Amino acid sequence: MNKTLNNKAWWLVLPVILSVAFSAIMPLMTVVNYSVQDILGPDQAVFVGMEWFKSVMRDQDLHSALWRQLWFSLAVLTIEIPLGIGVALTMPAQGWRASLSLVLVALPLLIPWNVVGTIWQIFGRGDIGLMGKLINDAGISYNYTGDSVDAWLTVLLMDVWHWTPLVVLLCYAGLRAIPDAYYQAAKIDGASRLAVFRFIQLPKMRNVLMIAVLLRFMDSFMIYTEPFVLTGGGPGNATTFLSQYLTQKAVGQFDLGPAAAFSLIYFLIILLFSFVLYTWMQRVGTGDKS
Amino acid sequence: MARIELAGLAHSYKSNLSQPSDYALRPMEMTWQDGGAYALLGPSGCGKTTLLNIISGLITPSQGKVLFDGRDVTHLPPEQRNIAQVFQFPVIYDTMTVGENLAFPLKNRGWKQADIDKRVAQIAEILELSGELKHRASGLTPDAKQKISLGRGLVRPDVAAVLFDEPLTVIDPHLKWLLRRKLKEIHHELKLSLIYVTHDQIEALTFADQVVVMTDGEVVQVGSAQSLFETPEHTFVGYFIGNPGMNLLPCEWRADGVQIAGVSTALTAPTGLAGGEGKLTLGIRPEYVQCKPSQEAGSLPARVISARNMGTHWLVESQLGEHRIAAKQRDLHPVHSGDTVWLSLPAARTLYYVNDKRVA
Amino acid sequence: MTRSGFSRFFLVVFLIGSLLPIYWMLNMSLKTNEEITGVMTMWPAHLTFDNYKVIFTDESWYSGYINSMIYVAMNMVMAVLLALPAAYAFSRYTFLGDKHLFFWLLTNRMTPPAVFLLPFFQLYSTVGLMDTHIAVALAHLLFNVPLAVWILEGFMSGIPKEIDETAYIDGYTFPKFFVKIFLPLIKSGIGVTAFFCFMFSWVELLLARTLTSVEAKPIAATMTRTVSAAGMDWGVLAAAGVLTIVPGALVIWFVRHYIAKGFAMGRV
Repeated sequence: MNKTLNNKAWWLVLPVILSVAFSAIMPLMTVVNYSVQDILGPDQAVFVGMEWFKSVMRDQDLHSALWRQLWFSLAVLTIEIPLGIGVALTMPAQGWRASLSLVLVALPLLIPWNVVGTIWQIFGRGDIGLMGKLINDAGISYNYTGDSVDAWLTVLLMDVWHWTPLVVLLCYAGLRAIPDAYYQAAKIDGASRLAVFRFIQLPKMRNVLMIAVLLRFMDSFMIYTEPFVLTGGGPGNATTFLSQYLTQKAVGQFDLGPAAAFSLIYFLIILLFSFVLYTWMQRVGTGDKS
Repeated sequence: MARIELAGLAHSYKSNLSQPSDYALRPMEMTWQDGGAYALLGPSGCGKTTLLNIISGLITPSQGKVLFDGRDVTHLPPEQRNIAQVFQFPVIYDTMTVGENLAFPLKNRGWKQADIDKRVAQIAEILELSGELKHRASGLTPDAKQKISLGRGLVRPDVAAVLFDEPLTVIDPHLKWLLRRKLKEIHHELKLSLIYVTHDQIEALTFADQVVVMTDGEVVQVGSAQSLFETPEHTFVGYFIGNPGMNLLPCEWRADGVQIAGVSTALTAPTGLAGGEGKLTLGIRPEYVQCKPSQEAGSLPARVISARNMGTHWLVESQLGEHRIAAKQRDLHPVHSGDTVWLSLPAARTLYYVNDKRVA
Repeated sequence: MTRSGFSRFFLVVFLIGSLLPIYWMLNMSLKTNEEITGVMTMWPAHLTFDNYKVIFTDESWYSGYINSMIYVAMNMVMAVLLALPAAYAFSRYTFLGDKHLFFWLLTNRMTPPAVFLLPFFQLYSTVGLMDTHIAVALAHLLFNVPLAVWILEGFMSGIPKEIDETAYIDGYTFPKFFVKIFLPLIKSGIGVTAFFCFMFSWVELLLARTLTSVEAKPIAATMTRTVSAAGMDWGVLAAAGVLTIVPGALVIWFVRHYIAKGFAMGRV
C-alpha cells in the first residue's frame, strides 16, 4: 500500500509507546545494570564489565541447552504452522457449526500452563493415563519419564496440542477477512481449488501467518512451565530447554550478575532470530519491488 | 455472443414465501439483446446485484430460468457461461504480474503458451496496459487494477457478456470518466453485451442504451434515458431519475377537472380514468412546471419557499397547500421567499399514476 | 470421499484429538486422588464432586475468579483501545522511525516475564498500586499491547486505502468513517485480538501473583497452592482447570460473530 508520510502519526502511536515503555524500560535498565556487576552483597558491587557475558558464552551446558531449544522451536514451527493452516481451512465459515468449532478449537488455549503440564503428566503415564496406556497396549513401549526420545515427543505433542489453536484462530480470522469477490472471480476464471489456495488464500494470509510464526517462535523459545511441570527437564537434561536452564542457574548456582548477563544474551538471541525471520518473510511475501 | 432471457425469474433468500416482500427479486420476464449496453439502476438493496449474480451464475435463482441464446444455463456455474464479471473493487491476483493475471483464465483452460501470449498482448493493447505486463499487479493504481480485472474477462475469446458491479466505486472521480470512455470503446470494438449495475443515475444514463430501473426487488421500467425521463412508468422512476426528481402530487379527479389541494387546474383527467379507485397521483417534472408572476388560466397559486440560481437555471421550491412543488427553468422573474407565484402545468407533460403505476 | 467430505473428516479427527486431554481433565476432576493415581479409568469408578466442593466453598477461590475476570477485562479493553489508533498509524502512514518502532513493540515479548518480576514489584510498590486490579491490568499491557498492534495492523493493511479516500469524498468525517466503515471491515481481526488479549492475560501466573496479595488475588495464583504438604492435589487442580476454561469459552462465544464470516466488503 502507498503509505503517506505524516509525522503527526506519532500522536496515534504515543499512547502505545507510553504504556509499553513504562513497563519495559526500567526492568531493562536494571538487568543491564546487574549484568555488568559482581554483586557480593547488599551495597557491595564490583564492576566487572564483560566478564559475565564471556563466561556465559563459554558455558558448554548452555550450548547444549541452546541446541536443544533450537531443534524444539524448529519442530514446533514445522508442525504447528501447516497444521494450523490446514485446520483453519477445514473450519466452516458461518453458522452454528462455525461457532461450535471456534469454541472447541480454542479450549486448549484457556488452560493455565501449570495445569496443562499436570494433566499431561497423568495423561502420558503408561499405567494410569489414557494416552500412555493406549500406546503401550498397542504394543509400542512408551515411557516419557525414562526414555529421552519419548520425553521429547511428549513435550512436543503437548505443545502442539496446546498452541496449534493459536495458529488456527489467526489463520481462520485471516481467511474470513477475504472478500467473497475473490472467490467469485476465481470461479469465473476457472481456477482449481489448489490455485485458489495458492493465489488467493495463502497470499492474503501473509500478515496473520507472519504473526503466527513470530509468536510461536518466540513463545516456544521461551517455554518454561509446561515442560518443567511435565518432565522437570528430564530424563537427565533431555528436555531442559533454555528458559529452564536459565532458571536453574540463576536460582541454583549463580548470583544476579551472570543471570542478568544470561538474560540479556537470551533476549538478543531471540531478537536476532525473530528479526531474521521477520525480514525474510517480508521479502518472500512482497517479492522484488519492480 | 449472447441474447439473455429471463423467464419467470424470481429469487428469495427465505425458504417459505408468504408475501411479496420475502422476495429479493420479484418474478420478472426480460430479454436483453445481444450486444446491447444495459444499466441496472436502483438504490442500495433493490436487488440489482442479486440479479447480476444470477445472470453470471454466482447465484442460482429459486424460481425461473436464465437462457443464453435460447440455451438454459440456469444451473450452469459461471465458468461455463462465457461471462466475465468486474466487481466493486479491483480483484487481482497479488502475487502475479499483470501479464500473468491476464493469462490466468487461459492457463486454466489449457491453452498453449504461445497462443496465450498473443491473446494477452492483444487485450493489453486495447486496455492500454501493454507497458505494464511485466510489472507486479499489486503495485498498480486502482483504475489500472480494474482494467486488469476487466482484461481477465475479455481475454477469453468466447466471452459473450461482461457484467459490472459498480466498478467505479473506488476510482478517483477524474479517472472515472476515462474508464467509462474506455468501456464504451470496448463495447464498440468487441461488440459484447454489457450489463452495468450502478446506483448513480448519471453513470447509468450516459453509459447505457437501455436502463433497467429497479426498486425493492422489482423491475419497474426498462427504457432509454429519454423515455425514462419523459415517460416514467412508475413513480419511483419519476422520483429517482432527474435532479431534482419528478413532482408527485396527490390529486382528485372531478367531473370538471383535476384538483390539487382543493384548487382547480386547467387539466382535464384523461378519459378512461375511473375516479375514486386508489390514490391518483399527478406527476410532472420540474423542468416542465412553469413559474409565472401572474395568474393564467388554470395556473395554481403557490407560496415561494426558496429560489436559487444554479448557474444554468433557476430552481424554485414553492408550497401549495401541504405539497411542495419544484420548478426548474432558464429564466425567472425576480422572486423572494414568501411571494406568490403562479404555476402552470402543461397537460402534455402531465402524467397520472394510480398505486404508483402510470395510467395516463 | 468428496473433497468437502475429507475436510469434514479431518476437522472432526482434529477436534477429537484436541478434546481428548480436556475430556481427561474433566475425568480427573470427578475422581478422588487415590483413584487418579491408582488405576486408569475412562470414567470415574467413584464419581465425586468433592474437588469442586473444595473450590466452591473456599472463599478465596471464588474471589480469585472474580479478581481475574476484573483485571483481564480491564486489560482487554485497554489493550484494544490503545492499539487501534497505533495500528492505523502503522498501516496508513510512514513516519520517522516507524519500522523500528513497530519491531521494537514486538521485542517486549521476547523476554521471559521472570525478568520483570522484581522491577515491577518495586515500581508498583512505589506508586502504591500493589494488590490492585489496575496494577495487573497495566502490567499485562506490556505483552498484550504489542500483540494487539501487530494483529490489528495486519488486518488493517488488508483494507485498501481507496476505501478511506472514497469515504472522505462521500463526506464522512474521520471518526464516522473509522467507526461505521473501517472497524466493521476488520471485524475478524478485532475478534481474535480481543480473544488473545483475554487469553494471555487470563493464563499469566507470575506477574499476577507477584503484584497481588489479598484484595486482587487471581485464580491462577491460588491454583498453585494445590501442591500441599500431602502432595499434589490432582483432583482439585483438574477441577480448577475445568472451571478456568469457562470464562474463556464464553469470551470466544461472544466474539464468534466478529471472527467468523459476517460482512461483505463494499456497498450494495
